[in-house]
Amino acid sequence: MGKTLFDKVWDAHVVDAIDNGPQILYIDKHLIHEVTSPQAFNELEERGIPVYRPNQIVATADHNTPTLNQDQPIKDELSRKQLEQLSKNCKKNDITLYQLGHKYNGIVHVMAPELGVTQPGLTMVCGDSHTSTHGAFGAIAFGIGTSQVAQVFASQCLLLTKPKSLRVSVNGELKEGVLPKDVILYIISKLGTNSGTGYFCEYAGNVFEDMSMEGRMTVCNMSIEMGARGGMIAPDETTFSYVKGREFAPKGEDFDKKVAYWKTLPTDEDAVFDQEYSFDAEDIEPMITYGTNPGMGIKISETIPVNDNPSFKKSLAYMNFEAGESLINKPINFVFIGSCTNSRIEDFRVAAKYIKGKKKADNVTAWLVPGSKQVEHQIIEEGLKTIFDDAGFELRQPGCSACLAMNDDKIPQGEYCVSTSNRNFEGRQGQGSRTILASPLVAAATAVEGKIIDITKHLN
Amino acid sequence: MEKFTTLKSKAIPLNIENVDTDQIIPARFLKATDRKGFGDNLFRDWRYHKDGSVNIDFILNDAQYSGKILVAGDNFGCGSSREHAAWAITDFGFKVVVSSFFADIFKGNALNNGLLPVQVSKAFLSDLLQIIASNSETELLVDLENQIISVKDFDLSEKFEIDAYKKTCMINGYDDIDYLVNNKKLIEAFEAQKIY
Repeated sequence: MGKTLFDKVWDAHVVDAIDNGPQILYIDKHLIHEVTSPQAFNELEERGIPVYRPNQIVATADHNTPTLNQDQPIKDELSRKQLEQLSKNCKKNDITLYQLGHKYNGIVHVMAPELGVTQPGLTMVCGDSHTSTHGAFGAIAFGIGTSQVAQVFASQCLLLTKPKSLRVSVNGELKEGVLPKDVILYIISKLGTNSGTGYFCEYAGNVFEDMSMEGRMTVCNMSIEMGARGGMIAPDETTFSYVKGREFAPKGEDFDKKVAYWKTLPTDEDAVFDQEYSFDAEDIEPMITYGTNPGMGIKISETIPVNDNPSFKKSLAYMNFEAGESLINKPINFVFIGSCTNSRIEDFRVAAKYIKGKKKADNVTAWLVPGSKQVEHQIIEEGLKTIFDDAGFELRQPGCSACLAMNDDKIPQGEYCVSTSNRNFEGRQGQGSRTILASPLVAAATAVEGKIIDITKHLN
Repeated sequence: MEKFTTLKSKAIPLNIENVDTDQIIPARFLKATDRKGFGDNLFRDWRYHKDGSVNIDFILNDAQYSGKILVAGDNFGCGSSREHAAWAITDFGFKVVVSSFFADIFKGNALNNGLLPVQVSKAFLSDLLQIIASNSETELLVDLENQIISVKDFDLSEKFEIDAYKKTCMINGYDDIDYLVNNKKLIEAFEAQKIY
């Protein structure tokens, strides 16, 4: 029987197996940030264990960072201390850190692919559930808890039971205005938030083959929102040409050798998955969420479903929405374009293309937060910043920003925010805030109109 | 890690599905650099109103309920990988969480912190929630050795699954770091002959 992409990468990383127990899986790259690493460093220190392979670790500051005045000292004392702790820990253990202000600083899942740290066939982990993003390159990448961060520090390995395999195929032609974000929101709305639990997911079909690396990252990023530990897409020419020439990518002959290996990774034709789903691209439309988990999504033209489940009702009560109503024309005061899901250059190009020549509605606060310093520069170089400035949008500095209400960027109590982030949990963007997940196009249109519109009727 | 064999305790019912780790511990409380003290902010935005006053409608503020077992709705612990969620639950005093489904990362984090996730059938969970709701004094018995959860004075029990390796770790208080560090030679040998 043939092997899946996941099997091939996993099997190549198994160091050993415990009888009737988990396997020791070797980890090639370990990404860390300020929030989930300090306790792991402490643990190693308490136990007198050194960091085993510091040169396989890359650190960035992203969750707790301000997105304004990054050249000045951080005002919030606890945030400042946490970032200082990261700097100290990295220095002490000889770990490369791209700290606030560095030209390579950014959200861990944006900067690592940009630098070529992310490559096909690798195993990658980070104390962050959206590590699934890197699966877009055909890597096994997944989020871990802090105890596991300590394990990887200590041994460059994890003890894991091999997950089951799942394939989601989408074939056909996407309609105009349907972006990668809509594809993944559609999939999650159909499969639910725990359908992927216990599985690693491969996305297959011409829709993903035709996507840019940025689009593939958006899709894989949200695998965790259907419960899957990770998502993967087979590496191909799009992947190879994205990786080529980047800072940490293999060079010259070494690169060619790697490409030859990477070409052996795609799933064999006779491989069998534990679970398969397939969807038609033509059925997908621009999506929007109405509830408090990412599975509560509808096509923007649809109405909120009716459901008697108490948790469903609790969710609608929190959002102050009624079952059966449409979200079209709902006034919106906050729009956020950013997060590890949608803060890459392509996302800002989409937004700029729509916004060009238009003005932001007066009632809207619109934050644009690039995923990295490199994206920020690109926005300026390509002239997109001028478009945003002219339209009244605010381009801020890179970071996780309003995705998780940990730093200064928070949505006020009771306010709706149309957001390109990944989670619409209660209070995710600020205490009492109400998140509506959408694509960068829908977010841009909302900011211009000051309300949710049926974008499908506004495209030429 | 603390050892776990059996636990007899009353339980607190949290009859809500899809409890995500942002509810268990909101991100604004993740700024600490040690593992202690997160229990104060467990379910912060459900326990307290925005002005800081106690939300008397939330189950953790209901004086008749106490215990070391949290019984929660389906798909508990979804969302963010923050281990702070497991730390907050243990710091508050819980030793066991019962649900009909756990998110992967949360389950792993719990096991790495001596917090036992007990996955039961939906029917059992529904009965359990009902029994506890009608009598807050109900005692549960969790027997890890035999993998059985039962309700005292009721003819209600169920066997639960747990990875054999993780069970050994819980019973003996071992953790994965010990195991991995003791296998350094194997890891070095692997590094020397990687095929990719």
